[in-house]
Amino acid sequence: MTDDELIWRIAGGSGDGIDSTSQNFAKALMRSGLNVFTHRHYPSRIRGGHTYVEIRAREDTVKSRGDGYNFLLALGDSFARNPKENAYYGEEEIKPLYENLDELREGGIIVYDSGMLDTDDVPNFDERAEENNWHVFDINLRELAKEHGREIMRNTAGVGVTAALLDMELGEIENLMEDAMGGDMLEANLNVLHDAYEMTNEEYEFEHDLRVPTGDHDEEQVLVSGSNGVAYGALDAGCRFIAGYPMTPWTDVFAIMSQNLPKFGGISEQVEDEIAAAALAVGASHAGVKSMSGSSGGGFALMGEPLGLAEMTETPIVLIEAMRAGPSTGLPTKPEQGDLESILYSSQGDSNRVVFAPADPAEAYDQTRMAFKLAYDYQIPAIVIIDQKLSGENRNVPKSFFDRPVDADPGSVLTEEELAEAAHDESGKFNRFIHETENGVAPRSLPGQKDGRYLATGNEHNKAGHIDEDPDNRVAQMSRRMSKLVSIREELDEEHESQQSYRGPEDAEYGLITWGSQQGTVEEAVDRLNERGVSVKSIGVSDMMPYPEQEMTEFLESVEEAMIVEMNATAQFRGLTQKELGQFGEKLTSFLKYDGNPFEPEEVVEAFEAQINGADESPVTRTEIRPAAGD
Amino acid sequence: MSAFNAIGEERDIDRDEYTPGIEPQPTWCPGCGDFGVLKALKQALPEVGRTPEETLLCTGIGCSGKLNSYLDTYGFHTIHGRSLPVARAAKLANPGLEVIAAGGDGDGYGIGGNHFMHTARENHDMTYIVFNNEIFGLTKGQTSPTSPKGHKSKTQPSGSAKTPIRPLSLSLTSGASYVARTAAVNPNQAKEILVEAIEHDGFAHVDFLTQCPTWNKDAKQYVPYVDIQDSDDYDFDITDRREASEMMYEAEDALHEGEVLTGRFYVDEDRPSYQEEKKAIGEMPEEPLAERYFDDDYDWDQKRSYDLLDRHV
Ligand SMILES: Cc1ncc(C[n+]2csc(CCOP(=O)(O)OP(=O)(O)O)c2C)c(N)n1
Ligand code: SF4
Repeated sequence: MTDDELIWRIAGGSGDGIDSTSQNFAKALMRSGLNVFTHRHYPSRIRGGHTYVEIRAREDTVKSRGDGYNFLLALGDSFARNPKENAYYGEEEIKPLYENLDELREGGIIVYDSGMLDTDDVPNFDERAEENNWHVFDINLRELAKEHGREIMRNTAGVGVTAALLDMELGEIENLMEDAMGGDMLEANLNVLHDAYEMTNEEYEFEHDLRVPTGDHDEEQVLVSGSNGVAYGALDAGCRFIAGYPMTPWTDVFAIMSQNLPKFGGISEQVEDEIAAAALAVGASHAGVKSMSGSSGGGFALMGEPLGLAEMTETPIVLIEAMRAGPSTGLPTKPEQGDLESILYSSQGDSNRVVFAPADPAEAYDQTRMAFKLAYDYQIPAIVIIDQKLSGENRNVPKSFFDRPVDADPGSVLTEEELAEAAHDESGKFNRFIHETENGVAPRSLPGQKDGRYLATGNEHNKAGHIDEDPDNRVAQMSRRMSKLVSIREELDEEHESQQSYRGPEDAEYGLITWGSQQGTVEEAVDRLNERGVSVKSIGVSDMMPYPEQEMTEFLESVEEAMIVEMNATAQFRGLTQKELGQFGEKLTSFLKYDGNPFEPEEVVEAFEAQINGADESPVTRTEIRPAAGD
Repeated sequence: MSAFNAIGEERDIDRDEYTPGIEPQPTWCPGCGDFGVLKALKQALPEVGRTPEETLLCTGIGCSGKLNSYLDTYGFHTIHGRSLPVARAAKLANPGLEVIAAGGDGDGYGIGGNHFMHTARENHDMTYIVFNNEIFGLTKGQTSPTSPKGHKSKTQPSGSAKTPIRPLSLSLTSGASYVARTAAVNPNQAKEILVEAIEHDGFAHVDFLTQCPTWNKDAKQYVPYVDIQDSDDYDFDITDRREASEMMYEAEDALHEGEVLTGRFYVDEDRPSYQEEKKAIGEMPEEPLAERYFDDDYDWDQKRSYDLLDRHV
């Protein structure tokens, strides 16, 4: 926990403009040369309820939200939307203030809107402020905003105060406001911003040391969320069709695609349910368009059948699974990594699919592109897993990262000339599902092509697609389909750089293993542990299927013990690892969390230290250590 | 150069072209009404002028779902109840295709009921043929959503307590722009109706009465039918929703009493198809999407923009 970083938390009610304000402030910090990371926390309700967004900004790369924070801007009129006293969701009045105090660091700053909130309502506020050396600024943001016409602009007033207290220039903030609005709205907001800034500088003395850190980027950066990464990856992979049904947090990807696809001449369909959504993706792909669908836990469960249909008919599709805590509707707005097993194995029969779990927005872009490439080259469904944490978190990425051409290749499709030459069976049908191939891929035709007629069916079928229960044919077809994963593994190993991420000294004694969105947090823990003299390295795994057997074996052979960090209660990735590798049971420990919140780096550090010192209970509350089989 | 030269090709089409070179032994029972649909389709498609290669037939699961083993077009035998979502996406992806979906009454009105309602509501430009034999055929004779009240089967041993579905009324209320009923025992009318349905721009729903002599021996489909267009007893305006709705209601009641009324019940030529509606709001490209992947002149990068990277929802 260092103060060479700003972790700014803006808290209030849903509807206070927390999201837009924080996004603009994060961009302003990014454009002033800093690396940024945002973390969004919100309850599952539409009106009222307490929410916050945290922005962590520093000169060095930011990989996680960090631990705690050092600047609170408490807005909040959530109570105004919840008229009933002691309503079901609890008393709202003082939440934006007191609910946040536990994680505020020593010496931190509190700015609260004295027009809306009162510290008298917060139990032991003064004692706690003194004990923790907090710098408290009670500023009537509401009044400030009202002077220029509209109370709602108190968030802008809050930003003005923040900038003054941190000794920040207003230039970038103004630019962003100019991008976002115009006319009277812009003028009023700029006036509020300036008034708040000047008033704070004139009326308050700053006794705190916290200043906005300085930094410099070599090149232009853009602020990208996990959902943005997935959506942009899909668009750049040539995806022009999406079908979906809203479910948090998948809705973000769906909305971004729906808003952009028409501009790219593509089609977006909001349909009646998730079974239909996945079936539409199959239909569009069958007809020759690169297509996708997706959902979150419950909706994905409904997609099992069309997913199996895609496997059996060898129709390429890409599905996104944005996980939230389950089972059932679970914690609708909280992250968990609890759907891994269902994603790997849902649907009847043997699973035959590609599954990736990117760690951050840039990887989300990369791996979504890769998912499309493999899906269309190999005629196999590919699933990209994100979760509620990754979907809503923003990071800065160099703009040039996205400077890649659109991949318009429709994959293994034959032209009409090739179809004329291709083998046909006695019935005149094109042999679309030939047994013998190099890499398991039997090239397809598209409806409307000459000489390409065949039958696609979810039943087992022969070369021309006729339903066929002959045992020899069954074995030939099954084996060919399953062999695709072997070819894909070879292609990934040979032709592409590893999708797994490594951190820490290569010859480290211990290992930390994680997957998906927890990678940044674990890497930050690795850095801290090494600084404290613990010899540890990490691998952040992205390939779930086909599993990176070779890389994982090498990693596990090179360490004495390894702890797998994942956000679920049943150690699902550890289970997968042991199933795939069939060894290392005595080396593997699990560190688990499933309270609805992602890991923080210090939790990982403490649990890891405790574990290597022989503890089998977690020093951190609401987490769990599962010792190795041999322990 | 087009990748889809079979689409829009004009030539004389022999109905035998739709028969697979080696016809798989039909697994339908002798006397099954499904043969009637197959025959009617083989006659209708050449008459409409659509070749086997520009036709995509999507079926569900059930005896009816086997239709595309015996009809030689491009085919997609999907999963139980899901022919419609697969079919309508294929049509959106490549509007040049003649897309036909088919399935049983369990498939279309039961497990796929939600898709039926919504595909009709959206008025997708396609044809949907439901083989209505008032029974589950393939799984051996269980009660279906169209089985009459009191129908006994192994899974409803005391007789069904449910009123059967009214497929025609349901279709009209949901928004289909063409609704007709025909019967396998009436091949001429069946062919004519299919021709009309396929040519119709919008969602054309044909409730096709097919007898299942194996599991549903007393079904009314054996009873001589009445063609409402030919009969002097029925005079109504098929373009008028209210009149069509009353006529459907009467036909559905009559069926339960053993009288089979067939014909066109509702035709709306004016309602734009879903594709047209989507084009009008700028959410559907003018040229077939599927073509674009083969168009060497299409500039994929031209429209690409970084705007969205810095914009957030
Ligand atoms: C999800 C699912 N549930 C159940 C089945 C089993 N099943 C196959 S066909 C069928 C009934 C078909 O009845 P219908 O649609 O009326 O068609 P018919 O066989 O009479 O033509 C059922 C229940 C299945 N294949 N998939
Ligand atoms: S069981 Fe009935 S519906 Fe199925 S093939 Fe036999 S007669 Fe036809």
